Amino acid sequence: MTLTLTLGHYLTLGAMLFALAVVGIFLNRKNLIVLLMAIELMLLAVNLNFVAFSHYLGDMHGQVFVFFILTVAAAESAIGLAILVLLFRNKSSINVDELNTLKG
Amino acid sequence: MDVKTGFFYLFSVVLLFAAFRVITARNPVHAVLFLMLSFSQASAIWLLLKAEFLAITLVLVYLGAVMVLFLFVVMMLDIKIDALRQGFWKHFPLAVTLGAVVVLEMAMVLMAGFRVSEEPRVARVIGQPLLEVSNSKELGKLLYTQYVYPVQVAAVILLVAMIAAIALTLRARKDSKAINPSEQVHVRASDRLHIVKLDPTRPAPAVEAAPEENKA
Repeated sequence: MTLTLTLGHYLTLGAMLFALAVVGIFLNRKNLIVLLMAIELMLLAVNLNFVAFSHYLGDMHGQVFVFFILTVAAAESAIGLAILVLLFRNKSSINVDELNTLKG
Repeated sequence: MDVKTGFFYLFSVVLLFAAFRVITARNPVHAVLFLMLSFSQASAIWLLLKAEFLAITLVLVYLGAVMVLFLFVVMMLDIKIDALRQGFWKHFPLAVTLGAVVVLEMAMVLMAGFRVSEEPRVARVIGQPLLEVSNSKELGKLLYTQYVYPVQVAAVILLVAMIAAIALTLRARKDSKAINPSEQVHVRASDRLHIVKLDPTRPAPAVEAAPEENKA
């Protein structure tokens, strides 16, 4: 076992974080708000990978990409939460199973 | 093991524990608080990776704005947790299997077939001489020269998100006495004033009214 940090350490951490988020999506498939949080965790894992690659490959462009991911993620969570509030106002529930109005 | 490695393991353990608690917490408020903890740990790890600007942005934007938004929404909704937890243990084996598969595959790729240079280099724009400048300065140079149009697009995305969020949740009052300027401008004289042709004299009403007065 190496004692100095390598790129593999960071990538493994990102993989574990991403896997935890996937598990979270499967476990909490009824709770819309935890689903949104799991998506945030996934984006965090991807951003971690980008920053790690940017550091170890010595390329600044990865960090620029993380910047744009952060922007889009902020927009996504704002709209997602707005839809969630609207949903709760109309149906008094955020259970994913009850959201079948659009089912043909 | 040097100090940096020790800090990396500390932050990683706390980050993974917080992420685990996010997906298993009973109370959504606790889940949001653990999510805040995991974001702060991730920001610390980014500091280890010498991405100071992004680490501070993560704290300011995510912990300061997005997570507070999450917290507000979670506290505003009156959620019945027990109904939402149904099927938690039913899906548990499948979820753990999937997670293990993801981690194992990633670990196999990383351990076996993945070779990059092991020593970190200072992040910079490829092709330019290595200068000792701050991370923020370097990022800013890149953002405002090469990526200036994407920055504009990102700004438009944020604007659209803001307008969409407001438009979705705006609830106008039913009893508001506000006037619609568009209707006001487009009004015509004929909408306001009707000239009705009337005969100068009208025949007297029928005599049925008199007995009704006596009844009342």
